[in-house]
Amino acid sequence: MGEVFLQSLITGVTVGSAYALVGLGFAIIFNASDVVNFAQGEFVMIGAMSAVSLLAVGLPFVVAIGFALLITVAIGMMLEKFAIEPAKSATVVSTIIITIGASIFLRGAALLIWGKNFHSLPAFSGEIPIHLGSATLTPQSLWVMGVTALMVLLVRSFFKRTVTGKAILACSANPMAASLMGIPVRRMMLFSYGLSAFLGGVAGVLIAPIAFTSYDAGMMLGLKGFAAAILGGLGNPMGAVAGGVVLGVLESLGAGLISSGYKDAIAFIILLLVLFFKPQGLFGRAGSDRV
Amino acid sequence: MRRYGGFLVLVALVVLAPIVFPGNYFVTVVGVTIAFNALIAVGLNLLMGYTGQISLGHAAFFGIGAYSSGLLTTLMGWNAWLALLAGLLAAWLVAEMIARPILRLKGHYLAMATLGFGIIINILMVQPTHITGGPDGLADIPTLTLFGWAIDSDIRWYGVATGVMLLGVWLALNLINSRIGLALRAVHGSEVGAQMMGVDIERIKVRVFVVSALFAALAGSLFAHQQGFISPDSFSFHFSIELVVMVVLGGMASTYGAVFGAAVLTLLPETLVVFEEYEVLILGAIMMGIMIFLPQGLWVSLSQKVKQIIASNRSTTNPSAIS
Repeated sequence: MGEVFLQSLITGVTVGSAYALVGLGFAIIFNASDVVNFAQGEFVMIGAMSAVSLLAVGLPFVVAIGFALLITVAIGMMLEKFAIEPAKSATVVSTIIITIGASIFLRGAALLIWGKNFHSLPAFSGEIPIHLGSATLTPQSLWVMGVTALMVLLVRSFFKRTVTGKAILACSANPMAASLMGIPVRRMMLFSYGLSAFLGGVAGVLIAPIAFTSYDAGMMLGLKGFAAAILGGLGNPMGAVAGGVVLGVLESLGAGLISSGYKDAIAFIILLLVLFFKPQGLFGRAGSDRV
Repeated sequence: MRRYGGFLVLVALVVLAPIVFPGNYFVTVVGVTIAFNALIAVGLNLLMGYTGQISLGHAAFFGIGAYSSGLLTTLMGWNAWLALLAGLLAAWLVAEMIARPILRLKGHYLAMATLGFGIIINILMVQPTHITGGPDGLADIPTLTLFGWAIDSDIRWYGVATGVMLLGVWLALNLINSRIGLALRAVHGSEVGAQMMGVDIERIKVRVFVVSALFAALAGSLFAHQQGFISPDSFSFHFSIELVVMVVLGGMASTYGAVFGAAVLTLLPETLVVFEEYEVLILGAIMMGIMIFLPQGLWVSLSQKVKQIIASNRSTTNPSAIS
């Protein structure tokens, strides 16, 4: 029992880190534009698949990853420019459908470009596992956790300390007032989508050596990231990160103790329970209805 | 009577199609699928279009109907009609159970909860392989018999499926024009406002959710018997999305729009076979395009255009008719 627990914890935190990055991206876009971006998972897939392709072309590892992230950021910005901006006055249901449409569109494009095959990246620094008692930890897991922690800290201080970060927060609080104060709201929006895509791409590149990636790998990851953001309380970036890690750990504990086939079901059952009993999320504040 | 003029046109279309194009694949085979999808979409439209509550998990109810019929007839040897009733009962119970907590949520939270529900039900179809057949699905589901008359040909299924669909459309039209329909629209407009006017919003939302679940389950049972084979793929998240697109494509809060959306979306992959690998891409582009450029939906926008043209013609020929 003890070993299962420790191993599940390690796997859970690793997978949870990816959910955390995706969830963080959700929270950033939700804050900036009140849109839940269902295409967030596709950023993960695009980051990973582009890195695989660029590596196969013969680019050095670091360069390939750099370009893959650039491609992902560009696609994130195009999503904002061509799908979100033109539908300014859309309702919640409309934006949900637009972003689901975008995710299906990107998946379709990936299918055309990369086909149905599974791909994976080589591990960043070897495959020799580290033994912790009876459990094992791969170096790649350390990369995933470390880079995720770094990203979270960077994003946090970006919103806290830089003028651009504060400008984005101002846009989310009140876009009208922000634009009157001379903040270019549209550009900030574009930036938020780019940042969010970047985080998704990073998650993709990080987990590609552990989990195989394919054109449809983004869907489940996106949904889990959304679940993480909801668990943490929508619009709370650090809550989304915590929600992601919690989700990853609970899910792999469930998989280890019950059955791996029900892994995804466990994640969503937890989510439903949280929504039923604490709809504002584990770390969110309760709000009230406006008439 | 004028209110049901559209319904008579729909009946005429359904009856004439197999007469004008006898034995046509698109009528008697694809037509049956259109009828099933239209039935679900009309039900979902009651929830989404009229009540304003999104569901990203309605494929689950379609699946509950289909798997109830499939499992009870093949494993337990039940009579197919009894199995169909059991499927409706199962969907009713599940809907009744989850509707209350789920519909208390709003917007993105509601979307997430219904989506999660759909995925859980789908996993319950895939995982217990020894019962449901797992990802390979369930085969050899017997067809339905009506008073000793087996529904075993395409054209007979066409009759049954479209008949049930028309019944569903008729029920939906009546519901919308009833007191309940008015209450639904009030809930869509403003929940707090509706509550102030004495509408029991929680009860009414739950009722509509259950009705839409029953529409889907009925379609599911019939689908299982018609296909003779079901697998979890038909009831996945992707199908839930397609259902939402059918409602939105036609235009929310339009029953005929839902039928139109179901027809378009069902015909699309059939006509795109040539570009099979582009199918996913095109579906995504349609979803984005409709929502960005025609947020009211294709059907509603088109019928408004037609009405405008008729109105402007009238006003030019008869200036006194302006009202």
